[in-house]
Amino acid sequence: MRGVSKAFPGVKALDNVDFELRPGEVHVLFGENGAGKSTLINIIAGTFAQDSGEYRLMGAPVRGLTPHRARVEGVSPVFQEFSLVPEMTVEANLFLGREIARGGVLDRGAMKSRAAKIIADLGFDLEPGRKVADLSRAHQQMTEIAKALMGEVKVLILDEPTASLTEREASRLFELVAELKASGVGIIYVSHRMAEIRQLADRITVLRDGKLVKTVEAEGVGESELVELMTGRKIDLLFPHVDHKPAERLLEVQGLTLEDGGVLGVDFYARAGEITGIAGLVGCGKSELIRAIYGLEAIESGEIIVAGDAYEEPDPAASLDRGLCYFPSDRVAEGLALDRPIRENVSISALALDRFAKLAVIRRLGERKIVREIVDQLALRPPNIERAVGNLSGGNRQKVMLARGLTRETRIFLFDEPTVGIDVGAKVEVYELMRRLVAEGAAIVLVSSELPEVMNLSNRLYVMHRGRMVAELTGDEIEEQTVLASFFREDEAGENAA
Amino acid sequence: MSESAYGAGRPGLGGEAVAQQIMRVGLLPLLLFLSVAFMAVFEQKFFGLNNLFNVLRSTSFLAIVAAGQMLVLIVAGFDLSVGAVIALTSTVMAKSMAALGVMFPEQNAIIIPLGVLCGLGCGLFIGLINGLCVAYLRVSPFMVTLGTLSIATGLALLLTQGIPVYGMPDGFVTDFGRALWFGLPTTVYIALVIILLVWFVQTRTRLGRYLYAVGGNLQAAIVSGVPARRNVILAYVLCSMLASTAAVLMTARLGSGQASMGGNSMMLQSIAAAVIAGVSLRGGVGRVELVALGALFLSILTNAMNLLRVDSKMQVVILGIVLVAAAALEELARRRRGHV
Repeated sequence: MRGVSKAFPGVKALDNVDFELRPGEVHVLFGENGAGKSTLINIIAGTFAQDSGEYRLMGAPVRGLTPHRARVEGVSPVFQEFSLVPEMTVEANLFLGREIARGGVLDRGAMKSRAAKIIADLGFDLEPGRKVADLSRAHQQMTEIAKALMGEVKVLILDEPTASLTEREASRLFELVAELKASGVGIIYVSHRMAEIRQLADRITVLRDGKLVKTVEAEGVGESELVELMTGRKIDLLFPHVDHKPAERLLEVQGLTLEDGGVLGVDFYARAGEITGIAGLVGCGKSELIRAIYGLEAIESGEIIVAGDAYEEPDPAASLDRGLCYFPSDRVAEGLALDRPIRENVSISALALDRFAKLAVIRRLGERKIVREIVDQLALRPPNIERAVGNLSGGNRQKVMLARGLTRETRIFLFDEPTVGIDVGAKVEVYELMRRLVAEGAAIVLVSSELPEVMNLSNRLYVMHRGRMVAELTGDEIEEQTVLASFFREDEAGENAA
Repeated sequence: MSESAYGAGRPGLGGEAVAQQIMRVGLLPLLLFLSVAFMAVFEQKFFGLNNLFNVLRSTSFLAIVAAGQMLVLIVAGFDLSVGAVIALTSTVMAKSMAALGVMFPEQNAIIIPLGVLCGLGCGLFIGLINGLCVAYLRVSPFMVTLGTLSIATGLALLLTQGIPVYGMPDGFVTDFGRALWFGLPTTVYIALVIILLVWFVQTRTRLGRYLYAVGGNLQAAIVSGVPARRNVILAYVLCSMLASTAAVLMTARLGSGQASMGGNSMMLQSIAAAVIAGVSLRGGVGRVELVALGALFLSILTNAMNLLRVDSKMQVVILGIVLVAAAALEELARRRRGHV
């Protein structure tokens, strides 16, 4: 690939990037979230086309690639978003789109034995007859990998494949990668984990903010050098210094368990004047925890205490009245009405208040004035509050969400992945706002999958794993090694228990 | 060892899974058993041979239509037009048989097959419109089939001016529509064959897999190379064709083509039968053998209400309640499972 660019509304995801994969090599893609890795592999896999630049596959220029044609050509992606049909069995998913059939009638015996053979070859602990929806995430991951290897593979794309695998399953996957490499398959490997990169990589391409930083030989590259390439010194610049002045406990949770088991017996508290971080892998229950506090998930047992009072049966309207505000990670699905103007999106959750409405009739002038003040405070650009939110970039959309929280007297801010999908500039502004809120005595709960973010901003950091709180770190304990260690310690403990 | 690996971190799921299993498979036979037991106590007339034949016949009609409805529901669609397709098929077939009867007097070997083909052609036509609009124009199934419902009903009324159409060959009615084969109504055999065929397609063929895949996770199906649009169109065409087939049988039984045949009740009941049988309104789930049981249950329910002289307007209300309850149960069952 040469000079590949791709822009999405509001973001330039890839800017003039070169990338090359040789047969029989493991090429690691490395970079922060939002650096353009996903965009690049999606173009390679045919999910969408590049805006400009050249893409050659086995030497031939590629045009009009679809995901299906890419697979036929031997490009097999394993994304984090699985391409599995949940209500079908593992076996049916493996053969989806390439069933063994005679005249439309399935040859079930042949498929059964081939599925069994493939699973055995891979050494995965998978039952072909089970429904995918009933499998754990790790087993779904194995199914996805097995599916990718069903056809004749020339290019294999693995996007953080070990994120939900245990050590043992991961090491089996590494053996597999080595075997495929030996047989001449080119492998694109996306990962954040240094240990894996050191073990597998032949070459490493580092991306940052959609631009190619460098492609280096893995041999003789140190960890610190990679991190430097990835972050480009801006790390200390990115995160403001937050002056934590912990005061009284504004929010406390005891023994919280959700009906669906996503959160199990969690205790934690958040104090005024500090940022309380919650880290953990995707799906560990950290978002569900704060969603439950706000009243978006069904609670089975446990206690929530807000500013000293027991808060029973939370629901969003009552939460807002108590000064709690939740900022969803999926701002399009849960936060904003895209076709409506900024003004309406900002004031929606405060319309019950007297300064916005009298006897259910909205005070238009008052609304406009208050919204404009808040929007100015946040430096929303452009400052026209009648624009439809759908026209805004990711960063500005997040600001509209934040503005909504500021229309009321909110003292507890629950942030769910606040910087997902927004550019660096907007990130800095979001962090700056958090700093200001904390200085004014608010309690902030920050849930994030981005380690640097939670580590740098939090005064105290909790770590969640499989629905449980597994660690509480303060001060100097908050560093990458400790946090990662608490992920893995629990992994092993879980294995032994099982 | 694999047991523990799957069960990890989900205590109490075992009990729920059992409850789930009962909800999915056990509820329907239980309902059937209860309703039959109820009739045994309160209304002996239910077990008269003629009445049983009536129940079986209406079950057959409904099961055929509901099987089609199920196919559309599986691809995450929706077909409101089945009742209207029945009306259109009935009138077109009766009209064309009457016309052919004038052209070829007494030649049943020509009149009947051609007439039936004209009827089925209506199903093909409406099904194609539904499928093409949903798959290519991406119009919501609700709107498309609401529109074709209106079109087909209007055409049927235009053709007949609301007057029943006579003039079909007697043999079609007496030797087929009202006949018994080996002591059972002909319709029952045809319905059984159709159910078996649909079952075979669902479980043993590529087409069946693809229908489940398209409804289960459209994106995954496309990425895996499943021709999604073609399969969506096929589901709508099969649904309308099955409704047409039911219309042929109903018309043969009745002896005249009627624009009032099918109508809203068939649309409502076909969806109800499918949803009671656990077909997911979100697509990807549904088995024809259970749908047939759902049709049996609804037919017994309707028959029982007739025998017990429940007001016909009240019956419509009760059917609506059953439909809402079934949809609510489906949603509850889905939620109970939570996300893994």
